[in-house]
Amino acid sequence: MELTTVWFALIAVLWIGYFCLEGFDFGVGMLLPVLAKNDTERRVMYNTVGPVWDGNEVWVLVAGGATFAAFPEWYATLFSGFYLPLLAILVALIVRNLAFEYRHKHDDDTWRRRWDLALIVGSALPALLWGVAFANIVAGVPIDADKEFTGNLFTLLNPLGLLGGLVTLTLFATHGAMFVALKTDGDIRHRARDLAVKLGLVAAVLAVLFLVSIQLKTGSVASAVAFVLAAVALLAGVAAARAGHEGWAFVGTFLTIALAVAGLFLALFPDVMPSTTDAAYSLTTTNAAATAYTLKVMTWVAVVFTPIVLGYQAWTYWVFRKRLAVHHIPAPATVTSTDGP
Amino acid sequence: MDVLDIARWQFGIITVYHFLFVPLTIGLSAVIAGFETAWVRTRKEEYLRLTKFFGKLFLINFALGVVTGIVQEFQFGMNWSDYSRFVGDIFGAPLAVEGLLAFFLESTFLGLWIFGWDKLPRGLHAACMWIVHLGTLASSYFILAANSWMQNPVGYVFNPETGRAELVDFWAVMFNKVQLITFPHVIAAAYMTAGAFVLGVSAYLYMKDKHADDRPLYHRAIRVGAVVTLLAGLAVAFTGDIQGKIMTEVQPMKMAAAEGLYESSDGCAPFSVLTVGTPDGKEEKFSVTVPCLLSFLATGSTDGAVQGIDELKEEYAEKYGSDTVTKAAREGDYVPVIPVTYWSFRFMMGLGFFTAAGAALILWLTRKKRVPSVKWVGILGISLPLAATFASSWGWIFTEMGRQPWVVFGLMTTESGVSPGVSTFEAATSLIVLTLLYAVLAVIEVGLLVKYVKRGAEPFEEPPDVPIGGADDDAPLTFAY
Repeated sequence: MELTTVWFALIAVLWIGYFCLEGFDFGVGMLLPVLAKNDTERRVMYNTVGPVWDGNEVWVLVAGGATFAAFPEWYATLFSGFYLPLLAILVALIVRNLAFEYRHKHDDDTWRRRWDLALIVGSALPALLWGVAFANIVAGVPIDADKEFTGNLFTLLNPLGLLGGLVTLTLFATHGAMFVALKTDGDIRHRARDLAVKLGLVAAVLAVLFLVSIQLKTGSVASAVAFVLAAVALLAGVAAARAGHEGWAFVGTFLTIALAVAGLFLALFPDVMPSTTDAAYSLTTTNAAATAYTLKVMTWVAVVFTPIVLGYQAWTYWVFRKRLAVHHIPAPATVTSTDGP
Repeated sequence: MDVLDIARWQFGIITVYHFLFVPLTIGLSAVIAGFETAWVRTRKEEYLRLTKFFGKLFLINFALGVVTGIVQEFQFGMNWSDYSRFVGDIFGAPLAVEGLLAFFLESTFLGLWIFGWDKLPRGLHAACMWIVHLGTLASSYFILAANSWMQNPVGYVFNPETGRAELVDFWAVMFNKVQLITFPHVIAAAYMTAGAFVLGVSAYLYMKDKHADDRPLYHRAIRVGAVVTLLAGLAVAFTGDIQGKIMTEVQPMKMAAAEGLYESSDGCAPFSVLTVGTPDGKEEKFSVTVPCLLSFLATGSTDGAVQGIDELKEEYAEKYGSDTVTKAAREGDYVPVIPVTYWSFRFMMGLGFFTAAGAALILWLTRKKRVPSVKWVGILGISLPLAATFASSWGWIFTEMGRQPWVVFGLMTTESGVSPGVSTFEAATSLIVLTLLYAVLAVIEVGLLVKYVKRGAEPFEEPPDVPIGGADDDAPLTFAY
C-alpha cells in the first residue's frame, strides 16, 4: 500500500479516535442541564469525564498535526478555508476546558452557573460544527486551481452541511448519555439510560438521512457497508440500553461513531477535499501529500508510539473504572467570601 | 491594516500570551515532582503540603497554557496557509510528533495525578508528575526544533517543481545546531521562572501574619526556590552566551540589529547597555557602553570582528535579492526593526540578570534559618517571577522579530507566508475575538492565582495508602470537581 494511503487511513483513525472519545465528553457537557437535577449531580457528571477529557482532546491536536505533516496542502486549504467555523470551535474548546478546571475553584453560584454555561455551549458548538465541517469536506467545496477555498461561511452552511452537524450533535449527545448511564449509579443512571434511548432514535433517523445522501453523492461499496453497519450498531446500542445493558449500549454508540466516520473517509478516498468548481482541482491523497521521506519518518514514529499511547490511555480508563454516585462527591472545599474572587 | 499585518499582530499577541504560561508549566512540574518525591522518601509533612499547594497553582496555570496552545497549532493553517504549504513537509513532522509523544503524555498523566491520590500507590503517583514533566520537555524539544529550523533551515532541499521545501534529513532537523543550544536555553529559563515563582509566592506568604505558624514551611520553600532560580539563571546565562555566538554565525543581521550596529567593527566592538537616540537607532544622543563586550558576545573573543547592518544589508541583497520577488528584495532591505531588536535584547538580558541576582541575594539573606524582617526583601521576592516571565517574553520577541523580514530565514519572507484566501474581515474577527477572550481569561487567571496564593498551603492531610492495584472502597473521592 502507498504511504499516502497509509497516512490517509491513519488520519481517519485519529479522527475516529477523537470523535469516539471526545464525542462522549461533548455529550456529557451538552446534557449537563438536562440530566442533572442539582449541583451535586452536576458534579457527578463533571467527574465522570474529569480524569480523561483532556487526553481525549489531544486526539484532535494530533489529527491536526498529522494532517499538517502528511498532507500540507489539505491542512492549508482546509484550515484557511473553514476559517470562521474553526475560530468558533477554538473559542468553544477554550471556554469548555476552562470550565472543567475553574468551575470548582470559587464557591459562588453565579461563578458556577457561568462555567456550566461555558461547558454546555463549549460542548454543543464543536459537536455541531465538526459535523458541518466533515459533511462539507466529503461532499466537496468550491476550490480553485490554486487549491484555495473560494466560498465563504454561508457556502458551508448548506442543507447537507447542517444535517451533518445535527447528526454529530445528536449522536454525541446519545453517546454521552450512554456514558453517563455506564459511569454513574442512582437516579441519574436511570435518567441517562432513558434519555439515551430517546436521543438514539432521533440520531438514528437523522444519521440515516445524512449517510444515504452522502452515499448517493460520492459513496462506494465500502462506505455503504460501513454506513449500514453503523446503523445496525446504533439500533443495537439503543436496544441494549433499553434492556439495561449499559456496557453494550456504550459499545454500540462507540462503534456507530467509528463506523460512520470510517464510512465518511471511505466515501472521501482517494480525494481529501473534492472541488465542486472543477473535479480537476480536487485535493487528493497524492497531490496534497508530503514527500515519501517525511511520510516514512512519520510512519516509524507512529508505529512505535501509537501502541504505547493506546496502552496508557486504556490504563487510565481502567484506573478510573468505578461508577460514581452522589455519595462519592465530597463536600465542596470551604471558601470564605472574604477570600475575594 | 491588511491581512498580513493582522496575522502578524495575532501571531505576536497570542504567542507571547501562550508563552506567559509555558515556562512556569515546564519548570513547576519538575519542582512539584521534586517536592512529592521528597515527601515519598522522607515522609516529612511539609513536602506534601508544598506539593499540594504548588500543585493547585500549577493546575490553574496549566489550563491556560493548554487552551492557548490549541490556537497555536490551528493558526498556522488559518492565517499562514502559504507558509504551511511551503514548509509542511518539514515543519509539520515535529508538530505531529509533539502531539503524539508529548501532549498525550502530559494530559493523560496529569489526569492520573489530579484524580489519582486515592487510586495509585504513592511512588507511582509521584512518578505521574515526573512523566508530566517529561512530556513538557518533549513538547518543548519538538516545537523548538520546528522553530530552530525557521531560524536556520537544514536537512531540506528546495523543489522548484512543487515550490516547497522538502525534508531530506530528519535527524539534521532534530539536531540542528541552533536547536541544540536553544532547547537548553529555553528550558533553563523555564526552571528559572518556576524557581522564582516558588520563591516569590513563599516570600509573600512569609510576610503575612495570617500564615505566621507556617513560616518554617515557607522559609524552606523560599530557599528551594532561590537555589533553583540561581542555578537555572547561571545555566540561562551560559547557554545564552553560546547561543549568541551561533546566532552571529547563522544570522549575523540579528546580532547587528541587537546592538543597532550599522558600521562593521574590526575588533573590540563595544556593547551599549542603554542608548537614547533617534527612533531608527541611527544616531545616538546618549549611550552607556562596555568596551569590547559585543565582540565577546558575538565571537567569544574581545577583539573579534562584528559585521554591521550596512555591510550585511549589501551582502544579503546580493545573496537573496535576485531570486526572491518580495518586498524585502524590491527594497533591498533585510533589516529588522532596530528599536525592537535593540530593546528586546536588553530587556531579556537585564530581567534575566535581575532574577538571578535577586535570587542570590535572597539566598544569602536567608542563610542559616535567618529571616530578614525588612519589607523590601518580600517585594523583591514577589518581583522575581514577573521579571523571569517577561525576560522570556522579550527573548521570544527578540528572536522572532530579529529574523524579519524572513519567516524561514533565507527561504521565505513573512509576507509571502500569509493565507491568500483569508479576508480582512475574517482575520480581524479572529484577532479581536481572541485578544478580547485572552484579556478576560487573564483577569480570571490572575484573580484565581491571587486567591489561592492568599489562602496558602492547606493543613497536612495524609492521603490514603493505596496498594498496587488500587483501593476499591466506597469513600468519597479525594479529588473531585
